[in-house]
Amino acid sequence: MPGPQRSVLGSLVLIAAVVTFGVGAFAYTAGWLTPNRLTSTKLVSALAPPGGPALGHRRNHAKGVCFTGTFEANGNASAISRASMFAAGQYPVVGRLNLATPDPNAADPTVRVRGIGVQISAPDGNVWRMALIDPPVFAVSTPQGFYDLLEASTSKDPEAMKGFIAAHPEFAAFGEWATKAPWTASYAEVAFNSLNAFIFTDGSGAEHAVRWSLRPEARPVPITAEDFAKLGANYLEEDITKRVASSPQRWTLVLTVADPSDPTSDPTKAWPPGRRTVEAGTLVVQKIESEADGPCRDINFDPTILPDGIKVSDDPFPAARSAAYAKSYDLRTSEASSYPRTEASAKP
Amino acid sequence: MTDASTKTRFTTVQRVLHWLMAIGILAMLFIGVGMVSTIGRQYVPLLLTHKTLGIAILVLALVRLVVRFISGTPPLPADLPEPMKLAAHLSHLGLYALMIGMPLIGWAMLSAAAYPIVLYGGIRLPPILPQSDTMHALLWSAHYYLAFAFFALVLMHLAAALFHGLVRRDGVLETMLPGK
Repeated sequence: MPGPQRSVLGSLVLIAAVVTFGVGAFAYTAGWLTPNRLTSTKLVSALAPPGGPALGHRRNHAKGVCFTGTFEANGNASAISRASMFAAGQYPVVGRLNLATPDPNAADPTVRVRGIGVQISAPDGNVWRMALIDPPVFAVSTPQGFYDLLEASTSKDPEAMKGFIAAHPEFAAFGEWATKAPWTASYAEVAFNSLNAFIFTDGSGAEHAVRWSLRPEARPVPITAEDFAKLGANYLEEDITKRVASSPQRWTLVLTVADPSDPTSDPTKAWPPGRRTVEAGTLVVQKIESEADGPCRDINFDPTILPDGIKVSDDPFPAARSAAYAKSYDLRTSEASSYPRTEASAKP
Repeated sequence: MTDASTKTRFTTVQRVLHWLMAIGILAMLFIGVGMVSTIGRQYVPLLLTHKTLGIAILVLALVRLVVRFISGTPPLPADLPEPMKLAAHLSHLGLYALMIGMPLIGWAMLSAAAYPIVLYGGIRLPPILPQSDTMHALLWSAHYYLAFAFFALVLMHLAAALFHGLVRRDGVLETMLPGK
């Protein structure tokens, strides 16, 4: 073959190789060559009940009710974070009380875990979103473990849960809470916990690992699961609507500061008692609105949306939750016609 | 004004902008597909980088467009077949549209989702759209599919540049390479 022609062929091969390499690198980065990689799509799909997800709804914590109110900061937390909503004052809040179920029509007494989503906005534009639940520790120590739990709990294999529990000894503490903790018949009586650790940065730049809780002002009244079931499928929403209509309901925001030896990357490990706590202020819930008409419906309570002065720690969950919540948000907004904006239009 | 007919290279400013943006855009596309396929801890910094770099590309693209109007471009070789000339013009139009359009779509998409838009260093951008499910869903799809079109166009651009440099040897590649 004459020289110039071979060189043209060689050049074309080189160009094809460059393009192929580009496509391959892109496909690898996108995860197409590694089907075992845990993605938000897989995680969110695993949450769906056997009949498929409820279109237009959150893929988890699908049953909920909106609230608005204020966060009344007392200024104490400014000692550990420069976040603007810790300066003494009142800040507007949009939130959502909810149940950890992918079914928006689940009966309240069938759902063990309750949650709260809160968005606090500061006048300087800083926004703090959080999503807390009521168990004292999380069920699993890694996002992969959470996926394994979802797989096991929906598996047709009767041995699947046993296998999961054997492989995940950290599940025991959550399991103990889920089976033994008393029920209450009101959202207002629930203490909610961040479980995940975040890093607070104070005015001098010093960092503190923190978990936080919302402790109810209402005194919890235990009720048996059987008596709770008699109150009806939607009792929690009816109860909180009535309570808030008669007077605002309050929770104290309590920050717990880790000792240097405390684990921050594992939400199944409670920090030992006696840690420094700071009461940062009070969440005041002033108005309840149904989700379809309410201001919380289209808010993604992504726990990595944080003000200056708070950032994620080495806890792997906030990132995994952010990715999964974004996926859920993208899905449900594209299905908005299945869950119309107002309650009136949702009911034919 | 430079006389376009005698111009054999892009100006130094144009070449610096081109290569800076080449790195930025490739990084951007890889960060984009990488972050949506991971739930790892890197998701949070990748998302922050994606937003910050996106706005940087938007600003650079607008600067570049202005520079292009002022400095012009070297002419394509006179013997280049008309279909290839047309392809060259259309692909550049597409690249500019995406360099400017993708960051704007991303920004609008985050606005429609009512996410606070915070860049590296705590820089906050105002929303450019009110909250809207429909707009979010539309913009999300546009951002997603156009990203693949963008990557395909970048690869075509790269292949064409190499074709000019290695096969046709017509001086087109050299207009963007370092040198006098």
